[in-house]
Amino acid sequence: MTLDGVLEAGFADPVFESQSAFRALMRAMARPGLIEPLSGPADAPSPLSPTAAAIALTLADGDTPVWLDPPLAESEALKPWLAFHAGAPVADAPSEAAFAFVAAPLSLPPLDSFALGCDSYPDRSTTVVLQVDGFGDVGPPLTGPGILGSLRVSATPLPADFWDRMRRNRALFPRGVDVLLAGPDSVVALPRSLSPGSLAPGGE
Amino acid sequence: MTIAVEERKQAMGLLARAEAAKLCELWNDWPDKPAFTWLRKPESGLVMVRGRMGGEGAPFNLGEMTVTRCALRLEDGTVGHAYVQGRSAEKAEVAALVDALQQRDADRQAIRTAILDPLGQVLADERKSTAAETAATRVDFFTMVRGESE
Repeated sequence: MTLDGVLEAGFADPVFESQSAFRALMRAMARPGLIEPLSGPADAPSPLSPTAAAIALTLADGDTPVWLDPPLAESEALKPWLAFHAGAPVADAPSEAAFAFVAAPLSLPPLDSFALGCDSYPDRSTTVVLQVDGFGDVGPPLTGPGILGSLRVSATPLPADFWDRMRRNRALFPRGVDVLLAGPDSVVALPRSLSPGSLAPGGE
Repeated sequence: MTIAVEERKQAMGLLARAEAAKLCELWNDWPDKPAFTWLRKPESGLVMVRGRMGGEGAPFNLGEMTVTRCALRLEDGTVGHAYVQGRSAEKAEVAALVDALQQRDADRQAIRTAILDPLGQVLADERKSTAAETAATRVDFFTMVRGESE
C-alpha cells in the first residue's frame, strides 16, 4: 500500500496544539453547553472540518476505532490521513467505535446505534462528534452538572428530534453517548449527564 | 512507473544506517533541492530492537535504540518518509527527501548514482574492514580425538 500524494498535514506543532485542544475539550466537557473556542489545521481533508480534525488528532489513537458517516467515509483522503496522523483504525459499525465523526448531522444515525457502554463500564461508549455550521441560543433549557441554573444552546443543522434523542440518551445514564458539536472555530460539549428540559412554547 | 517495494526497502535501510555527516555531505552536492512541506516534523524516540537466536526460536528484546522519524511532501504531492538511526533531525530530513525523490521516475537514477550507491559503498567498506579486523584475531578451536573409546 502506498500513501499517495493526497496526504495532508496534521497539526503543525503536534505536542502543543494537541495539548491546547485537549485543554479546550476538557473545559467544554466541564461546562456543557458553553461555546468553547477551538481551532484546527486549516487543510484538514474535506469534508472533515478543521475543528473536527483537531478533535480527531487530539483524542483518537491506535486504541480508539473511529466510525465515519457516509460523506466522510467516501473521502479518499481521510482514511490515510487518520491512519497516518492518529494511527486510528476505522470501525465498520457505529457500535464498535470509540469516536464517531458525522459530517451530515441531519442524517445522524439513532444514538443507541452507537456503543452505549455497560453499567460496569460506562466509559466504553462512543463519543459522537457532529460537524455543525454555527451555534445559537434557542433550544430547550439545559440543566445538569457543570451548569449553574440552566442555559440554552442550539446548533444548525441538527435533526428536528435531536433534543428528544438527547433526552432518551439521558434516561440511559450512566450508559449513553457523549456528543461534541464541532462548529467553526469552536466546540460545544453535550455529555450524557446533560438534561434537556421541555421546549418553551414558540422555542426552537 | 512506481518504485519496486524491494528497491525502496533497500534504499530506506541504507539511509537509516548511513552516517549523518556522510549523507548530508552527499546531499549538499545534489543540485536543485526541492521545496517541501512537513507532514510530520522530525521527532526522536526509542524503538525496541528484538532478536531471535540464530534467526529462529523465541524472540527476545535485544535493547532499545534511538530513532528519528519524519515525513514530508514535495510540491508535486510525492510523500517521503524516513526512519533513521540516531537523533539527527537533519539526517532524517535528508533521508525523507531522498526517499521522496527516488519515487519520482525523473530523479530515481540520479539519486541512486549520487547518493545511494556511495552510501552503500561506504557501508560495504566499513563492513569489510570490521571483518578484516575480526579475522586478524580469529582463533580456531579444535579438539583432538583422545582415542578413549578404543
